[in-house]
This record gives sequence, structure tokens and C-alpha cells, in this order.
Amino acid sequence: MTVEALDARPSPTSPEAPPSVLRRYPQFTISPAILLALLAAWWLATDVLGAPTYVLPPPQDVMRALLGGLSRSPWDKASYWYHAGITVWEAMLGFAIGSALGALLGLVLSHWPILGKSWYPYIVGFQSLPKVALAPLMVVWFGFGLEGKVFITAIITFFPVLVNMMAGYQAVEPERIELARSCNASELHLFTKIIIPSCLPFLFAGLGVASVLSVLGAVVGEFVGASAGLGMLLMQFTQAMEIAQLFAVILLLAVIGFLMNHIVSLIERRHCFWAQRSNATART
Amino acid sequence: MEAIRAVAAPLDPGPAQTPVLIRAHGLSKTYVTSSGEVTALKGLDFEIYDGEFVSVVGQSGCGKSTLLKLLAGLLPFTAGSVELNGRPLRGPTRETAVVFQSPVLLPWRTVLDNVMLPIEFRKLPLAMYLQSAVSLLEMVGLSEFAQRYPFELSGGMQQRVAIARALVQDPRLLLMDEPFGALDAMTRDQMNLELVRIWGRSRKTVIFITHSIAEAVFLSDRVIAMTPRPGTIADIIAIELPRPRDLSVINTDWFGRYTARLRSLLDAQGGLL
Repeated sequence: MTVEALDARPSPTSPEAPPSVLRRYPQFTISPAILLALLAAWWLATDVLGAPTYVLPPPQDVMRALLGGLSRSPWDKASYWYHAGITVWEAMLGFAIGSALGALLGLVLSHWPILGKSWYPYIVGFQSLPKVALAPLMVVWFGFGLEGKVFITAIITFFPVLVNMMAGYQAVEPERIELARSCNASELHLFTKIIIPSCLPFLFAGLGVASVLSVLGAVVGEFVGASAGLGMLLMQFTQAMEIAQLFAVILLLAVIGFLMNHIVSLIERRHCFWAQRSNATART
Repeated sequence: MEAIRAVAAPLDPGPAQTPVLIRAHGLSKTYVTSSGEVTALKGLDFEIYDGEFVSVVGQSGCGKSTLLKLLAGLLPFTAGSVELNGRPLRGPTRETAVVFQSPVLLPWRTVLDNVMLPIEFRKLPLAMYLQSAVSLLEMVGLSEFAQRYPFELSGGMQQRVAIARALVQDPRLLLMDEPFGALDAMTRDQMNLELVRIWGRSRKTVIFITHSIAEAVFLSDRVIAMTPRPGTIADIIAIELPRPRDLSVINTDWFGRYTARLRSLLDAQGGLL
């Protein structure tokens, strides 16, 4: 923090003017400007140039649809809240199960190399399978309820966490393990005090990817058969040619994915604060 | 007995009176690699006395670090025997602490928590050792950094934390593997002075691995010169420079004769440093 503050302040001997607001805070100045420009282009394409509304509905229609869907009570089955709640719940459950299993198995397969080596070809094989191809099977196995969506989300989120955890284990500095051994550390202490904390930056990288994929998993699960959820709404609106509503739900899904990812990075910043800082010091 | 000690001690604090802490006999280490066996150390015989500061110098690849890991109990040796304090060495013990080439501080722990790490690993009562951790940080001049994180410290400071961490379990033997190798020359001189001071206060036995002849002569009571491939002991030289030493000793002829002697020993084994 102090370093940034120092950097931002012009040095008294420097003849240069202080950096402009644009340069200092592009995320608060230029980013909103880009959004406005995109909205303007959208509006231009639809209302002015007259793109057909079934291809691209004008932004005000989409906004109206979004506000209409959001203004209803969450228990009203026509409200977006109700369906978003179901999709988020599926995504979070699947994410929790998939990433917990991925992290645990990643540790186990790395710590016992014989297990890791013998399972590796199957993991690679299963990973190269497009997991969404399993979605129709979920309907056969679990029907139209919650379980199928949670299952497919768990499978999709499992791999990025597993792979990152294994990479994290490989990256544990051998000196740290030697230090623990030189102090007669128990296996349990080696795990809890050295290996797992060392893996955290990698684990969070995997969780970040998995958090975004979890929404994808839930939506794909709903595509193949569901009675509620934003994925089901997408299918319904497409069939009814309610393109403005379709766009509204897509926007909503983008926001949900962004928020899930943001929550993960907030947790990361709190529990893994040392990783970014130590990289920063290593670079200087 | 007391009378003899009183007369002899100031002149010669050497072997006769002080007990042996480490006795190595025929110590050998062979690595098995995919391209065959590599003999890293062959038939080392030496004794280290209690409270002594001994340096091991040699070219890179002469097995210095292997020797240190053997003595730390981190690597099994292939042949020979090592006794630590009269007992055969099997694995790491509480009597030995290691300072590695890099500080190996855990970035998610504060400086104080890093110093306490060996106590946690050894399941010793934390409350009992907290005070000594605090005073060790004071001894290495970092008391006001106790609650900081390693990334807020310079390289020299980090290595001082590593020394405090090694001392917290109150070991008898401190094994140091080129601990100042990564530091710049000026910080390194400072750290060497600091180390002499710390050693003077704690009176641990130190085995110090280095490839700097000057560093070895400056710090040590005795210097073990090693030859490379396979690592053997070329000679063991007693450094009888008076203590306490400061950096001015480096410019004396006496110091120069020791470094020249060691340099010729190492050169005779082939290759420049």
C-alpha cells in the first residue's frame, strides 16, 4: 500500500506533471467509457440502422425485460430471482463437491506417486472428454431434479482444481520439506503446516476457473432437462422467440459468473495475501 | 585438572580439554543414478569438538552440501559411522539445527511464527519457548519485525530470521549450508560479523559450509579443506587468529598466510576456485 502511495505521488524534483486521472484509475474512467461506447453502438445498430429485433433487440428492450424479470418477488415463478436462485444453488453445490474432491484427490495422487502415476492416463483421458457430453446421461441417471445438475457441475469443476492442486504440490519448494524433516515434523504437520499452505495459490487459481465453470455446468444441466433455472428459461425464451428476455437472462448469467469468481478472489486475497506480495518482492 | 585448564585454556582452547561432539569415521556417500553410481564422499574421518566453529571449504561439487545433509540426518550415508554426542546418528535430532542456503521462511507466517516453527514441529510447549523466540529475534536485531511478514524483509534480514529459527530449539550443533551465499558482498561481511557475535554469545558448535576461503578463515577455529569427486578431506587446518576478531584481521599477514595455504591446498587438487 505504502509503495503504491509513494509511486503515485510525484517526486518534488520531477518537472513532470502528476499522472492524469485516466492513467491512474483506468478501471473507473476508461472502462465505463468503453461500456457507454458499446451500448451506443448497440443502440445505433438496432434503433438507427434497424437490425431486426429477433436478431438483436435494442438495449432498452433488454433492460425492460431484465427489470421486469427482476421486479417480481423471488417466490413468483415468473421472476428471474426464483430461477437464478435455483441455478446458483446448483452451481454452488456442484462447485463445493467438485472442487473439494479435486483438491483432496490432487493431494492424494501427488503425495503417493504410485497412485498418481497409475491413475494419470485415466485422468488425462477423462479430462480430454468434453464433460458437457455427459449432460444427457444425467437426465437418464437422475431425472429432471437437482442431482443431475449438481453432478455435471461437480464433474466440470473437479478437473481444474485437481490439475492445479497437483501442479501446486509439485511446486512446493523442496527446502521447505527438508526444513520440516530436519525438525522431525510429523506427516500430518508436514501437510497442514507446509504442503497445503504452499499449494494455496495454485488451489485458488483452480477455484477461480472452477467458479466460472460451475455456472456453465448448471446451465448445461438445465438445457437437457429441467423444470426451473436460468438455463431452462433460456430454452423457453428461445422457443417463444422472446429474444429480449433471452438477452436479459444471458446478461444475468454473466453477472452471476462474475460474482462467483469475484467471491473466490476476495477469499483468495484474504487468505493468500502473501502470495502476490512475495511474487512482487521476488521480482524486484 | 582445574589448574591445567586454567593455564591451557586461554592459549589453546583445543582438543585436549573439550569433549568431542561429532566423531565421523570412514564416512562415505554414494548416489545411485540412472547413469551409474556417483561417489560424493569417500572415507571421511574427522572429529568436531564441543563449542567449535568449523568451516568446510571446497569447490562446488566436492560434496560439502552432501556432508551437511548427512550430519543433519536428512540423508542416509552409505558406509562408515557418525557419532553425535556419543550416540550413533540416525536421522534428525533436536540437538541439531540447519540453516539452509536460502532462508526458507514460510511467507504466510509472521517472523515470530516462523521462528516458532521448529517448536511446533517438535510438539514442544509453545508458551515456554515464546520468550526465547522473542529474545533470539532481539539478538539478531529484528525485535521490531516480529509481527511482520518475510516479504517485508531484506535478504540479509530473512537469513537472520532463519538463524533465530535454528537456535530456538536450543540445539548443540548448528549446521550452516552457505547461508550467506546469496547475499551481496557488503551484507555478507556484516552477516559474518553478526554470526561471530551470535556464536560468541550462544557458544553452539557450528559447522559452516562455504566456498569462500576468506569467510572460512575469518569465522573458524578449524577449516576442513575438501577435494572434489569423490569428496575427501585434503587437510584440516587450525586457525589460531586471536578472538574476538573484527574485519581488520583480514588485512593481516597472518590471515593472508592461512588463505594462501588453503588456496594452494584446494588448487593442488586441480582447478581454480
